Amino acid sequence: MKRREFVGLTSLAAGALFLPSIPGFGGSLVDPERLLEQVDPAVKKRMADAALNAAKSAGATYADVRIGRYLNQSVFTREKQVQNIASGESYGAGVRVIANGTWGFAATNSVTEAGLAKAAQLAVQIAKANSKVQKEQVQLAPQKGYGEVSWKTPIQQNAFEVPIAQKVELLLAANAKALDNGASFVNSSLFQINEQKYFASTDGSYIDQDIHRIWPTFTVSVVDRATGKFRSRDALSSPMGLGYEYLTPKAVDQVAGPAGTGLIGYRNSYDILADATLAAKQAKEKITAKSVVPGKYDLVLDPNHLGLTIHESIGHATELDRVLGYEANYAGTSFATLDKWKTKNFQYGSKLVNIVADKTQPGSLGAVGYDDEGVKTGQWDLIKNGVLVDYQKIRDQAGIVGQDHSDGCCYAQSWQDVQFQRMANVSLQPGTAKMSVDDMIKNVDKGVYIAGRGSYSIDQQRYNFQFGGTVFYAIEKGKIAGMIEDVAYQANTQEFWNSCAAICDRSDYRMFGSFFDGKGQPSQVSAVSHGSATTRFNGVNVINTARKIG
Amino acid sequence: MAILSKDEAQTILKKVLSFSTADECEATLNGEIGGNVRSARNTISTAGAVDNVSLAVESRFGKRSGVATCNQFDDATLRRCVQRAEEIAKLAPESPEYVPLLGPQQYLTAPASFAQSTANITPDYRAQQTAASMQLCDTKKLDSAGFLEDSAGFIAKRNNKGLEAYQQVTGLSYSVTVRTKEGTGSGYATADFNDISKFDAKILTQIAADKATGSVGAKAMEPGKYTVILEPAALVANTDASLLGALMNAFDARNADEGRSFLSKKGGGNRKGEKMFDERVTIYSDPTHAEIPDLTFSPDGRPQKKVTWIEKGVVKNLYSTRFWAQKGNIPDIPRPGGWIMEGGTQTTADLIKGTQKGILVTRLWYIRPVDPQTLLFTGLTRDGTFYIENGKIKHPVKNFRFNESPVIMLNNLEAIGKPVRLAGNLVPPLKIRDFTFTSLSDAV
Repeated sequence: MKRREFVGLTSLAAGALFLPSIPGFGGSLVDPERLLEQVDPAVKKRMADAALNAAKSAGATYADVRIGRYLNQSVFTREKQVQNIASGESYGAGVRVIANGTWGFAATNSVTEAGLAKAAQLAVQIAKANSKVQKEQVQLAPQKGYGEVSWKTPIQQNAFEVPIAQKVELLLAANAKALDNGASFVNSSLFQINEQKYFASTDGSYIDQDIHRIWPTFTVSVVDRATGKFRSRDALSSPMGLGYEYLTPKAVDQVAGPAGTGLIGYRNSYDILADATLAAKQAKEKITAKSVVPGKYDLVLDPNHLGLTIHESIGHATELDRVLGYEANYAGTSFATLDKWKTKNFQYGSKLVNIVADKTQPGSLGAVGYDDEGVKTGQWDLIKNGVLVDYQKIRDQAGIVGQDHSDGCCYAQSWQDVQFQRMANVSLQPGTAKMSVDDMIKNVDKGVYIAGRGSYSIDQQRYNFQFGGTVFYAIEKGKIAGMIEDVAYQANTQEFWNSCAAICDRSDYRMFGSFFDGKGQPSQVSAVSHGSATTRFNGVNVINTARKIG
Repeated sequence: MAILSKDEAQTILKKVLSFSTADECEATLNGEIGGNVRSARNTISTAGAVDNVSLAVESRFGKRSGVATCNQFDDATLRRCVQRAEEIAKLAPESPEYVPLLGPQQYLTAPASFAQSTANITPDYRAQQTAASMQLCDTKKLDSAGFLEDSAGFIAKRNNKGLEAYQQVTGLSYSVTVRTKEGTGSGYATADFNDISKFDAKILTQIAADKATGSVGAKAMEPGKYTVILEPAALVANTDASLLGALMNAFDARNADEGRSFLSKKGGGNRKGEKMFDERVTIYSDPTHAEIPDLTFSPDGRPQKKVTWIEKGVVKNLYSTRFWAQKGNIPDIPRPGGWIMEGGTQTTADLIKGTQKGILVTRLWYIRPVDPQTLLFTGLTRDGTFYIENGKIKHPVKNFRFNESPVIMLNNLEAIGKPVRLAGNLVPPLKIRDFTFTSLSDAV
């Protein structure tokens, strides 16, 4: 067992889930009230200036400092009992510098003027040491300082202010709904994150931000002892950039799924009790559902499913660091190469496909006022009418593709990790003509409707992917024709997006979220949303995943 | 202060326990110093350093438990940390899965888990190793991307029931991907060590470089069932899911007993004692093994001992929590660290020589579960996939997607090679028949 795994397993009560082993959920475990305390920006500015001055004195030509207080709280339950409750805090500062044209980074949990100055000096020392074997000088896109500014996630109710007992009660109520409706087992959890981060740079920015995210989720399992078969159905919630208000269901946020499925799509609020009830019924139904006949099908993909396909096949493929080779040793590179982009006619998808990158969308996981290198956020086109038009890039990449600005998508998972290019919210724009999911299905002769995330895998250049889902329904002659199982679809990214044949209108648009998207070495997580409306893809290869073992 | 001696660590832990007013209290100290260097496009991209010691305190009142941590060690901070754990415990609901803390334990020793040479690594050492890799690729007009990470640390535990544990560990892992400038070939190599005296980034880079140049001009082959030789990096991985890693992760007794595991038995119970794999499959764990020395105690203080998980194809043991072991009156075995799959003497080259037609797979990647019922996984080949004919590598082939279960795979065993260390395990290359490739990938 690696020492770090051991540490992750140690820091919790016996019988508990291993929270600190979940990326982003480490840090010190503290009492819940402490999570409501804030650090005075004036104090942070004084410490930040100490770091910036020390870096400049040591020979840095650029420096930025991130003083971060990263808070998290999570509640885990199973069936009728609480498994674990943990409140964590990680407080410290990271200093990044350029010296001799080379990056250097150092972090410290000694958040004092002296501590930060020392970290700044160490960062310069590392930069100078590495500059001896460096071949490409770092070139930063110009960035004006914003002075003293602030930004806050527009939440209605801070999840950290809600008593833990209330959260436990809600999860156990959801578990009870699942058990009452036939579940053999149910695990439910609630993750909450608050990043209080202060950024300052030698460009003259002092940016104070307060960022909130939340994710309620569960897995319901049904075991048929007689046949030895078991099936699970996960929650159809999304992690969101919202407060606890996400857990107060509102009718206006609910979109009816296809007739005959009982499914409900959720926008900015989620009904965990209704979903747990449906989940148990659907998990039972999965036990006896027909096994899919492999072949070509038209796929009708719910936004809560399609989000992951967008994430893997477009979101990651258009990250410029991958395109340039910086991720070659781990996550890989990208098929969406610069030569394809430069032709200005690389048909990534059909003409219906318009993909926008966005760091401002309210309620999304990626929404911030400024990124982690002090760039004000915005939105921009990645794919316009099916054609690849741009990438996601940060300050030290813009010049490589002849641009003079960052897209504002730089992020670090904590103060002790160096910031680098991370995915913005990458979303498929809804169709402009009025179309509901039932309108879409009525034109499908032989298809499969898929909702929720399932198994997902894609190659290191983002060509070949395979996705499963949470629930699958056969579509026959324009109608839902019952639940099916053992479904996965395999496709080539470009062929798949060029088979996009119809997109529902904005009234069906919802966000999917990825709370723990991993990238980099050492690996860091980030959270990102992907919006879409229900979308149809024609003639996609569906395989049957059922096997027999002795 | 990152690597405290046993006495230094236990002195702090004794003080922590002296501040406790709880029924039960357990404290764990861990510390680490280390660093990393990341490179891409034959130049260093990022570098970082770690130096940290932290304390976790678990306090219990009856069946209520709370945990708090801190990373300062003055009396006031230690006292506050204990008080905080006790406050959280008092607020916590009673755990129906409570088991008392362990008393004094006897642990095996694994002194080779710590190597002073690794603890002495400097930023210059990391830069030199990385530079050697990059220079080799510069000379050959190839692109390298690599990651070197090392650490030296300790873990110490103590509780008010008399349990006391301490161990030092060191580790270094390195991986490198080498690509041709045109992006038409890619190769990979990786290794990990407790003691860096065996580490040479240049040798590993040479292996990856050979794979990269050798994989240029890959031909497409029809997907289907093939005899494959899976190199160790295709069976286990340092940072991603893997087929053998997934198999070992599924040896949890509770999941099996609850009916939601490939080890669940129809009608109830689990399949311990059943022959589920080829009779040549034997997998065990041993924290004192000379090649993969590991921690000799688990996070909850249970001793890690030699345990056989699969013997001659028969499921011999499952791991469990202490609660589940007591509830079911089953052996109380913690989840292991590294594990060893027994093998023979043949190298990968020997396995190739003995293969009439087959596919050599350097690495499998983006492996994700498809069906937990059968342990079916999907993923792709990567960084060097080759067609073998009449005992020789004939030509590189385009990458495949697979859908396969390690359970089925270990029943379709043709030959087992000599185990090598990877990701803290000892894993042999395996020759498998009827491995299921379901589609082609254009990725290089």
